[in-house]
Amino acid sequence: MAEQLLEVNDLCVNYKVYEGLLRVLNGVSLSVGSKEKVGIIGESGCGKTTTMKAVMRILATNAIVPNGTIAYKGSDLLKLGRQELMRLHRTSMSMIFQDPTAALNPVFKVGEQLKDIVRYSEFTSNAPNRQEVRTKAVELLKSAALPEPERILDSYPFQLSGGMRQRICIAMSLASAKDLLIADEPGTSLDVTIEDQIMRLLKQIVEDRGLSVILISHSIGAVKGFVTKLYVMYAGTMIEEAPTDELFSNPVHPYTQNLLKAVPKLTGGGVPEGIAGRIPSYLTIGDGCRFASRCRSAKESCHVHAPPAFDIGNGHRVACFHYGDI
Amino acid sequence: MSAEEILTVKGLKKYFKTTRGIVKAVDDVSFSVMKNETVGLVGESGSGKSTVGHVVMGIYGPTAGSITFMGNDISMGVGRRPKELKKRLQIVFQDPASSLNPRRTIGQILELPLRVHHLAPEGKYAERVFEMMDLIELPREFAVRYPGEQGGGEKQAVAIGRALATRPSFIVLDEPTSALDVSIQAKIINMLMRFQKEFDLSYLFITHNLSLMRNVAQRVGIMYLGKIVEMAGTPEFFSNPLHPYTKMLLSAVPVITREEEALKPEKITSTGEIAGALNVPPGCSFHPRCPFVMDICSKVVPSQIEYKKEHYVACHLYPST
Repeated sequence: MAEQLLEVNDLCVNYKVYEGLLRVLNGVSLSVGSKEKVGIIGESGCGKTTTMKAVMRILATNAIVPNGTIAYKGSDLLKLGRQELMRLHRTSMSMIFQDPTAALNPVFKVGEQLKDIVRYSEFTSNAPNRQEVRTKAVELLKSAALPEPERILDSYPFQLSGGMRQRICIAMSLASAKDLLIADEPGTSLDVTIEDQIMRLLKQIVEDRGLSVILISHSIGAVKGFVTKLYVMYAGTMIEEAPTDELFSNPVHPYTQNLLKAVPKLTGGGVPEGIAGRIPSYLTIGDGCRFASRCRSAKESCHVHAPPAFDIGNGHRVACFHYGDI
Repeated sequence: MSAEEILTVKGLKKYFKTTRGIVKAVDDVSFSVMKNETVGLVGESGSGKSTVGHVVMGIYGPTAGSITFMGNDISMGVGRRPKELKKRLQIVFQDPASSLNPRRTIGQILELPLRVHHLAPEGKYAERVFEMMDLIELPREFAVRYPGEQGGGEKQAVAIGRALATRPSFIVLDEPTSALDVSIQAKIINMLMRFQKEFDLSYLFITHNLSLMRNVAQRVGIMYLGKIVEMAGTPEFFSNPLHPYTKMLLSAVPVITREEEALKPEKITSTGEIAGALNVPPGCSFHPRCPFVMDICSKVVPSQIEYKKEHYVACHLYPST
């Protein structure tokens, strides 16, 4: 087994709110190797983004991490001091967010925002020269396949289209992502043709630079051509993990099976059944399998005990007591 | 044939005046919807597909062109339409979180259309609301709850229930599932398909999701910058796409099975972005992004021709003779 770049182990995250404690993440584990492309899929509200925010250490202030470790390049991210954390953000890991409109500050020109990041991450030792910073910023925009980088540096975000804004966010993250890039639904808010362009660009950049990637998406088709290993999340738990081809050809968890069936196919054949019900409330969630209330094959014991992840070979792991009989 | 046509749109135009010029949101669009049929309109954001739906609903009147609904001319804003016709024509919006009043209970939301059209004797409204809720598979106790407390699927079910309350014959579905997760989307779509059979409904289904369109629509039209560039029956449309834009869209659809991959046309890599509706390129509006662009494309607007039976396309690659 290759050296892992990132290893999240048994991570739990709770949020303290007025009504009580939201138990969101419960025992999440995942690992990303060097230059590995990993995907996480799941429906809205299942904790994909929360997991990544925990990795970046940018959780909201009311979040509590009672349990778990996040090993990154040999150190535990959860125990790092502010200085070291900032250093990692500057020089090693970065995140692209879902909505580029919200990720860019509307009152500053793209150039000012981008140059700030360049100054911060590229020139840590000696005092940066303005011309150097600008050249580097232009270079970054070019690597994100943006035409007329000089004009873009002098534009405000609202003067650009959604696809261009997302390319700028990619350029920004490239300034500091030397090892790990986290992409949180990078194409979801864009049109299908633009999403296709963005995903191809990302893939090319990641392969050229030899980065590790975690790609988050609820669009199952979009991750398929991109990643080599897939995690499926449901209600704050990792329910299945497998190499991409294995997961699509042999889904084992009842939730994964239903999720794959629910995607309408280009070949027709009618609209499949969905999954009845919805994600349980994190406020009142019990100790049993979190999918049990929507699962057709749930037995009584499913509601009492949470299933551990069973290893079924080929790097395929599933958290379900009845994975064999479904 | 025309006896079965429930909605006919001819030469529909909708221009908006802005301080920076005229936006031609819909520019010469014609199509028809038969009884019990689902017609799909697909396109990227800014292609004018929602505006077509809104003009059909009368949210604003058309700039030019005619809309005929069940033999009556409805080429005007909703304020001047006869109430009897308004009842027969309903809409479901994309985002149920903003189309439902957060300060009304689900019961009140479902009751309003019944009261507006006097569809139940006084004192029987609550009963009718409960019947509606059974229909959309919501527990009756939800009548006193507010939409904000519910999940996206339940909210969209309420929006569909509200549209069905007046027993319409035609519903505009404006991206009814794009705000929802796939598992919920499947449930809502199945519900819509069931209602179509049960209540003899016709749908104008607006979406940007081609895979979904393949499974719900009998005919599909592709819109680009206010024009329909290709229109055909669904099987023909997906097995034999003609317009380069259609091929580009189909190439970009993320798919999950090998059979789907095989169905895609030769890969046309998507380039460029949709132009702003303020400065539509001259000639064929798609020509700056088109891999097969010719001299004529930037000069002459291609006219729509019937390339095959019931398969219409507007592109210079397919000359009319």
